Amino acid sequence: MKNHNLFATLLIAASGWLAAPAHAALRVLACEPEWGALVQELGGALVEVSVATTALQDPHQIQAKPSLIAKARNADLLVCTGAELEVGWLPVLLQQSGNAKIQPGQPGNFAAADFVRKLDVPTQVDRSQGDVHAAGNPHIQTDPRNIALVATALTERLQQLDAEQRQRVRRSRETDFQQRWQQAMARWTRQGRSG
Amino acid sequence: MSASIDPWWRGAVNIALEPDNSVSVEEAFVQTTALGNGLTVKAGRFLSDIGYLNSQHAHTWDFIDAPLAYQAMLGGQFADDGLQLRWLAPTDQFIELGIEVGRGRSFPAPTLRATASAPRRSHCTPAATSATATAGAPACRISSAKASEQALTQLDANDFVVDSLFNGRSNVTILDAVWKWAPDGNATRTNFKLQGEWLRSSRSGTLAYDTAGANLLGDYAQVSTGWYLQAVYQFMPRWRVGLRTEQLDGGAVSYVGLTLFDANGYQPRKNTLMVDFSASEFSRLRLQYARDQARMGFTDNQWQLQYQMSLGAHGAHSF
Repeated sequence: MKNHNLFATLLIAASGWLAAPAHAALRVLACEPEWGALVQELGGALVEVSVATTALQDPHQIQAKPSLIAKARNADLLVCTGAELEVGWLPVLLQQSGNAKIQPGQPGNFAAADFVRKLDVPTQVDRSQGDVHAAGNPHIQTDPRNIALVATALTERLQQLDAEQRQRVRRSRETDFQQRWQQAMARWTRQGRSG
Repeated sequence: MSASIDPWWRGAVNIALEPDNSVSVEEAFVQTTALGNGLTVKAGRFLSDIGYLNSQHAHTWDFIDAPLAYQAMLGGQFADDGLQLRWLAPTDQFIELGIEVGRGRSFPAPTLRATASAPRRSHCTPAATSATATAGAPACRISSAKASEQALTQLDANDFVVDSLFNGRSNVTILDAVWKWAPDGNATRTNFKLQGEWLRSSRSGTLAYDTAGANLLGDYAQVSTGWYLQAVYQFMPRWRVGLRTEQLDGGAVSYVGLTLFDANGYQPRKNTLMVDFSASEFSRLRLQYARDQARMGFTDNQWQLQYQMSLGAHGAHSF
């Protein structure tokens, strides 16, 4: 039975490869390492992920450097936080990429903050308050429940963008991820109580 | 002011209020966003992509004034009414080719009228670093611009203003390189930027030189070069210091065997030191000291204080 499953998977992968020659994997550019890791988990070998920033960098203040522009030009999907977190550099990156697929509003532009409830959405914004995020607090990664919501939306997006043959694979990967994530959250909750 | 127009276009307008109470349109263009395949078309009045500093708005420059070479060869900053086509190659290395065609509104420096100009440029990144590397990305670029049929105003060897009609080709070629570095790639606290450009301007054609009864027409050729090198270091949050050194070479002029325009071999030079403080992304105070030896035999010591305040919506800056 196990062998049979493996065979089916291989067959699916092979037919996908034949259908889309050259770069078969979906090329994903993630703005932050969190989303890079999530796309990699959900997409597995079917995605080729590059990440625009490192955990040591401040994602508010990155520059649209040439190597990033080249990556944006070739990306099929852009996965970012949104809610103006990348407002200092992402618009320039998109402008200079000449890539229609990842422009705002296109299926290739995924903003994680669109799929969770944002906190601290200001009713009034003024520069005298400092550099405020007008679309609400974009630091949604700090709540693990948000990650689960984003994972569901991101899987749907991957399915929308990719050939139909692979959807079964993606769905099983998402189920697997969600299971592990729920377990992890339960563990963190326990640890939080005991600590 | 910059905004999306619809899913296919974005537009930007920059209106400048001049010291003489007039209003001028610095930039007003539309740009495609959805052509795909790395293609972008821009139409309208825009800052040319020639060189590194030229396409950046003056308020993002690290020094108050443009380098001498820009002032001499590009008229400070070159903007034209025209069309720009850019293509980004589908490679992991950043390679971009661009071509611009304009009506020659202001090119190059002392020009009153030029009918055609077509700068083109190509980029190359010898070692584009990935996002995981600690250093910034070095970039270099070659660009050049051409113009023909220009009326020129210039000084002759006796410093008299000469009105003359030049008919021929002007060509400006710029080689620029920039290297940015920050510890762990995080530029928030401290960062360093080294940038330099080398400009070469050449003119060849015929010059009708008409002054005080002398009506001459003859072949004219001139080549001049200039460069600057600057380093800016943000040594603590909000505070930066910078040093710029630059030089021009007037080069040689050949004009029907006459010595009217002969340069005296003097090479203007200038050293500039600046320190600035940015209370936020939107306000900056800058003090600049320049030791300017642009005039032969004179040294000007210049102190300048500048404040920059950005009001309202403001777009992101390019690399």
